[in-house]
Amino acid sequence: MTEIHSAARAAIFSRIREANSTINAAMRTAGYQNIQREYQQSASMSRETIVRTFAERLHEYDANVYESTPTAVSSIIAQLLAAYGQRSAIVAKDVPREWLPKDLNWKKEAEASIGDFDKAEDAIIVCETAIAHTGTIVLRDSRRLSLLPDRLLCVVRERQIVETVPEAIKRLQPFAADALTFISGPSATADIEMTRIRGVHGPRILDIIIVRD
Amino acid sequence: MRISLFIACYNDTLFPETGKSVVRLLERLGHQVDFPLEQTCCGQMHYNTGYQAEAMPLMRRFVEIFKDAETVCIPSSSCVGMIRDHYAKMAELSGDTQLMEDVEILLPRIYELSELLVKKLGIEDVGAYYPHRVTYHASCHSLRSLHIGDLPLRLLRKVRGIELVELENIDQCCGFGGTFAVKNGDVSTAMLADKLRCIENSSAEVCTAVDNSCLMHILGGLHRQRAGVRTVHLAEILASTDEVSAT
Amino acid sequence: MSIRVGDAAEAPPFQKAVLTLLGDTQLRQNVRHATDVITQKRAQVVAEQTDWQELRSAASAIKTHVLQYLDQYLSQFEAACTAAGGHVYWATDADEANRIIVDLVQQHGSREVIKVKTMTSDEIGLNRALEDSGIHPHETDLADMIIQLGNDKPSHIVVPALHKNRQQVREIFMQKMGLRELGDNPEDLTAAARQYLREKFLNVKAGISGANFLIAETGGVCVVESEGNGRMCVTLPDTLIVLAGIEKVIPSFRDLEVFLQLLPRSATGERMNPYNTIWTGTQSSEGPQQLHVVLLDNGRTRVLADREGRQTLHCIRCGACLNTCPVYRQTGGHAYGSIYAGPIGAILTPQLFEMKHAQSLPYASSLCGACYEVCPVKINIPEVLIHLRGRVVREQRASASLEGIAMKVMSRIFSSRRRFEAAQRLGKLAQWPFVSNGWITSLPGELGNWTTARDLRPMPKQSFRDWWREREKGKQS
Repeated sequence: MTEIHSAARAAIFSRIREANSTINAAMRTAGYQNIQREYQQSASMSRETIVRTFAERLHEYDANVYESTPTAVSSIIAQLLAAYGQRSAIVAKDVPREWLPKDLNWKKEAEASIGDFDKAEDAIIVCETAIAHTGTIVLRDSRRLSLLPDRLLCVVRERQIVETVPEAIKRLQPFAADALTFISGPSATADIEMTRIRGVHGPRILDIIIVRD
Repeated sequence: MRISLFIACYNDTLFPETGKSVVRLLERLGHQVDFPLEQTCCGQMHYNTGYQAEAMPLMRRFVEIFKDAETVCIPSSSCVGMIRDHYAKMAELSGDTQLMEDVEILLPRIYELSELLVKKLGIEDVGAYYPHRVTYHASCHSLRSLHIGDLPLRLLRKVRGIELVELENIDQCCGFGGTFAVKNGDVSTAMLADKLRCIENSSAEVCTAVDNSCLMHILGGLHRQRAGVRTVHLAEILASTDEVSAT
Repeated sequence: MSIRVGDAAEAPPFQKAVLTLLGDTQLRQNVRHATDVITQKRAQVVAEQTDWQELRSAASAIKTHVLQYLDQYLSQFEAACTAAGGHVYWATDADEANRIIVDLVQQHGSREVIKVKTMTSDEIGLNRALEDSGIHPHETDLADMIIQLGNDKPSHIVVPALHKNRQQVREIFMQKMGLRELGDNPEDLTAAARQYLREKFLNVKAGISGANFLIAETGGVCVVESEGNGRMCVTLPDTLIVLAGIEKVIPSFRDLEVFLQLLPRSATGERMNPYNTIWTGTQSSEGPQQLHVVLLDNGRTRVLADREGRQTLHCIRCGACLNTCPVYRQTGGHAYGSIYAGPIGAILTPQLFEMKHAQSLPYASSLCGACYEVCPVKINIPEVLIHLRGRVVREQRASASLEGIAMKVMSRIFSSRRRFEAAQRLGKLAQWPFVSNGWITSLPGELGNWTTARDLRPMPKQSFRDWWREREKGKQS
């Protein structure tokens, strides 16, 4: 396979070079740095509006949004789990201990097997950044934990929320080569008669707690 | 203003009333109209069907005839689209630098009728009178090549006696598409059926547009269905007054 | 070389293929409903994005730039991906790509693979190649599953089963999943798919995916999806094979800020689709431990060599041009005889193929321009269609067609005022055998395609120029 493989590579590269050499040199546009980027790249709204927009957009795509103070997070988590009739969840490593109500069972993500992820009803995670404009949370890590359990709860700190996609990409640049997952609402499909259905293979429920600074 | 008229081959042959109306209208507005008799066709049909070599002499001919014109009026959005979208590229392809230069100078002097009236002459009320229920079909070229948007509607709104009714799915193609109507007759017919339904739903007596090619297609379908709706080019409505009225 | 675009080589011409489709009322209703819903949703979210045109311009500029330096960006991607633990393979055509992928799955020892929607795999006929080698591919995208289980063909590049309604999907699922009872509302059908696939996701050890973007800067891959099946396929298996066309590369991570805003709004009318996964090589903590990226040419360098046609390679497969196309909306996707349907298919299929099998496709458009208007990367599809029509005409030039002769004659007529005026006079006489009650209702030959559903007004007695001349004469006297 190696030989065929390198022959194919050489063939493709030579065809690309040939194709590009026949294209008029005048067509060569400016280099990458000079590409015009006149789209919105920074925030235009007040912090309050950004947070409100984030919550609204999440709502529109069927996520549940709760606002919290730093000290009230654990009681909201407790209420949510109680409402779901659950006394346990798998928790991502960056979730601070003080957010977790004391008398419940917490399993650490690092210690969970694929079977545990599959069987778990609830997962609690945090995100790296969040985008108001699109109602998106962006995760580093927790790829399976944010996918297999039926319900996903993400705690978002207010300062993590940016207005636009370009601002988020800028914040994510240091982690560009990590595994990043953008989540916008619960898993969904519209493949049958364009009817939007929540929860195909990923979590059916997405709960977001916004912790105000 | 001295305005040279390019009538378009199919208007010349099949829809002379449109040309007459343009002349009457522009003269009524105090302009001098000139019709170079050497003109024939802009080359659109050839070019769009893939006969680009055959379109080339027609393009040269057009440029030769109109290159010294002050202002050119064309009552056909698709011909204007052809000229604006493709002439510069064709001239470049010919390698003839004089032709390229002529095209560059000529292009900004070419106007579709409603563009000429509203944008160039700055007039919306042309003093027309047309006591009929009319719906406006926006041709694809008017919308997506010339981007003239609602210019024709602005002119129509100022016509006295007119009752304008809205056409649903106004931005949908009627299915003409030049040789498409013949090469893909079945799909074209299906598209036309949708358009005819919208026209009938509008309860208009008259369907107008800035392009007789769409109107020929639409009327062909309306007449086959005995729908009783007429088609009239925008120029004919705008040329109508209390004294001279289009049918 | 064996360039293949699905089964397009065996497909009938467009004009012929539409005949049965136009008669299928149910199919046309399904297509109409789906395209109506998506175009409306798209229009809303595009309207609220105030910098839409600036995003389109930037996307177009990035894609134009990438193609001009494609060799450099592919090398950069290869180096970065390899450094991050991935393996990169090159395939000049469909057969080579299939062989590489089958070999990789066999080396891994898997008899099953889970697949996330990839049009490119349909292009090269991967599923058939896998099956021929005793490997069972499980399509996991809901629509792809409907197509695979129903032995059907995709009719849309984003929602491949949009031509099926809920009752039809229910029938397929009951039969193929062996279910005794199943409701026909989309919730029930979706739940059935979830249950059917969950076990596969957890147990099948090899996955195959496409890629929406390959990032040269980092060697990363980005997959955009909605259901979570994509995440399952690119996260859970030990071995992951990514198949992507060479045009999928973008220079840097930053460029995602443009494409991730354009793609979801254009494709599904969402501000952002539920899931995007971006990962780079292999990571010890999570994700596949073996990553293979197969980069495919299959005619793409041929498209690249065509100055007018190369913009076709800007395509990010959003499907917006299909949804808005008045031709596609009448016929659905199967008429195009290719897995790439609609306006983009009408320019992509014939170019990948060197036109041979697809000469009818560039004519499957009224050139209304709606496709260009919605294209998020500004592919001037009407312009490319016209360009390709020119190629068809040149290729057919050897065989003197009636149309070719007529076009030549008309060009000669239009090249002289004298001939044009003579033709006008002749036309007035020649039309009379066809005129009855003041209308032409039946014409011979290909022109008869007009009169099957439309009448034609005969040429009036006096042409415009005759009127003008008469008037000028009157002025002088």
